[in-house]
Amino acid sequence: MNKYLSGDEAFAEGVRLACPDVISAYPITPQTVVVEKLSEMVENGSLDAEFIHVESEHSALSCAIGASAAGVRTFTATSSQGLLYMAEGLVYASGGRFPVVMMNANRATALPWNIYGDQRDSLALLDTGWIQAYAENAQEALDLALMSFYIAEHKDVSTPFMANLDGFVLTHTYENVEIPSQEQAKEFLPPYETENRFDFEHPKNMAFSAGPETNYIFKYKEHKAFDRAVNVIEQAEKRFAEIFGRKYSGLVDAYLTDDADFVIITLGTAAGLCRTVADELRSDGIKAGVLRIRYMRPFPVKEIAEHLKNAKAAAVLEKDISFGYAGTVYINTAAAFQSGGITAKLSNFIGGLGGRDISADDIRDIYKKLQNGTEGVEFIGIGGDN
Amino acid sequence: MSINAGNLDKNEYFYGHKACAGCGGSLAVRAALKVLGERSVAVLPAGCMSAVGFNFPQLCFSNNAIISMFAGTASMLTGAEAGLRRKGYKDFHAVGFAGDGGTADIGIQALSGAIDRDDDIIYICYDNEAYMNTGIQKSGLTPYGARTTTTPAGENIRGNIRPKKNMFEIAAAHDIPYAATATVGYITDFMNKVEKASKIRGTKYIHVIAPCPTGWGVPVNDTIDVAREIVDCGLWYLAEYENGKFTLNRDPKEFTDAEKYLLRQGRFRHLTKEDIDVIITSRDKKWEKIRKEWK
Repeated sequence: MNKYLSGDEAFAEGVRLACPDVISAYPITPQTVVVEKLSEMVENGSLDAEFIHVESEHSALSCAIGASAAGVRTFTATSSQGLLYMAEGLVYASGGRFPVVMMNANRATALPWNIYGDQRDSLALLDTGWIQAYAENAQEALDLALMSFYIAEHKDVSTPFMANLDGFVLTHTYENVEIPSQEQAKEFLPPYETENRFDFEHPKNMAFSAGPETNYIFKYKEHKAFDRAVNVIEQAEKRFAEIFGRKYSGLVDAYLTDDADFVIITLGTAAGLCRTVADELRSDGIKAGVLRIRYMRPFPVKEIAEHLKNAKAAAVLEKDISFGYAGTVYINTAAAFQSGGITAKLSNFIGGLGGRDISADDIRDIYKKLQNGTEGVEFIGIGGDN
Repeated sequence: MSINAGNLDKNEYFYGHKACAGCGGSLAVRAALKVLGERSVAVLPAGCMSAVGFNFPQLCFSNNAIISMFAGTASMLTGAEAGLRRKGYKDFHAVGFAGDGGTADIGIQALSGAIDRDDDIIYICYDNEAYMNTGIQKSGLTPYGARTTTTPAGENIRGNIRPKKNMFEIAAAHDIPYAATATVGYITDFMNKVEKASKIRGTKYIHVIAPCPTGWGVPVNDTIDVAREIVDCGLWYLAEYENGKFTLNRDPKEFTDAEKYLLRQGRFRHLTKEDIDVIITSRDKKWEKIRKEWK
């Protein structure tokens, strides 16, 4: 069935198809549509789930962890300040290996207050042990919702999953979306089975303390789960393609990178316009390419090296900044360049903060700068007076 | 039949932990779990009981148990209860054991949310009247006059200058199905309140005084005695809130000497006659109200 849906609505449809047992959420713009839709689905009976109206984001995640510890499928959603308020719970969920799935509507963080989209919220929390994926369009949002449960709950992974949607640009923009049937979804997504749960026959003490003698072993295992997640993501996408007929390309989505001299690397919705500009430049004989990073964790170290090996220069275009250094995506990418032996020059363009538009001209300008030689960190559109 | 020493479950559910000698909190947890039994899921936030009971690989609960985030006892209880129900389990108890700081300070928002939703959980606050696990710092339930490491008693300020937050009546103000106060000094009364709570649907809140000999400055074999005396001298009371009504369970004809209760404890030893008068006046005012309204 096809429907005209916003990114938030599409993600909610994906969650419905995944049949979570417990949903706990607190409203925050621009996530609200997801929780409103899920509430409607519970009300009209199209989703059989416990929808728990918690009094804060901290409690939303705490509640989801409690339910996950009971061994059931759990979902929450948030954005920006709400995600930051959950921060303690993020490391708690990952450390306890509770595969909670969360949708985060990427939004600027205060101060100054701003409700529009940028990616400072999730990228600031990159080190909390969650798988982080970034969708580009509403269809991918729905599909990612379904796949996120498969990947997070897989016994080789057991790691929480944060699916990110650009605030407003994706969460509130309408597209034609294909909604799979419940039967197909059931075929794709097995029920959640785990031993990491309360059990009255074999009682467990969970979320315990571990001192210096053993603590690092738990952390090592958490880290290794991300290596296995790479394979599980591939496996999930293969299975997804077989059942639903839509193909995804793993940790990255490459466009014309094979022979590209100049490549823009970015996350989420910005990639679409980059591709349009790349096409335009190609018709002028300039070999432009785009590499969209789909997963920030696990990070596509190998994929970046593979796609950038022939490039002359590359830029990371991102909607965040790690103050005092550079953009977080750039910092990660630069390390992948180093370990992958990539010799192309890598520069960093910061744009879209607080929802500021990134125009086709901005992207043309980045490609031009790549051709002329550029380095360092540049804030797009910043004037001399600032 | 009410619970007593004779018919109490002989199994131990909280055993082999590292709590200090004379710990009132561990006694409250042990006794409550004997009432609730093996089909309990216990949620404990960061604090004394989780610090002494969950040190991998020495895990001390023989029922299901989990440490929650400090502010998240009630919210994790909500999730655990909902999750277990969705998993198809019936006839179990989701019980939380949080200290005074975990309840009245950092955890009050989540607790209020759970009562508001009327989630089917039992929340037990073991009140040792300060952040004992971190070394005796003042909490919202530290009583007036008490010396803690963050409310030192000196020439200018004689310890904590604010009275205890009234958690029992705060819980009741949510129109909670059941709330009660208790003390480990009258352990049978406490256990029977836990038993009563276990049979009521919705949110239940029990506030149990649980002395900490280290923090209170009393000998380790005085825990029970001091936990009784706090009630006998009128500085704590045993009461219940049910069906919208308060009931006073114990109305002593005559209070024992409050000054003696205070001065036997290191944390109050600096109090002057005037300080003690303030405490006794406030006690009498409270009892006047209780006796009028809760009988």
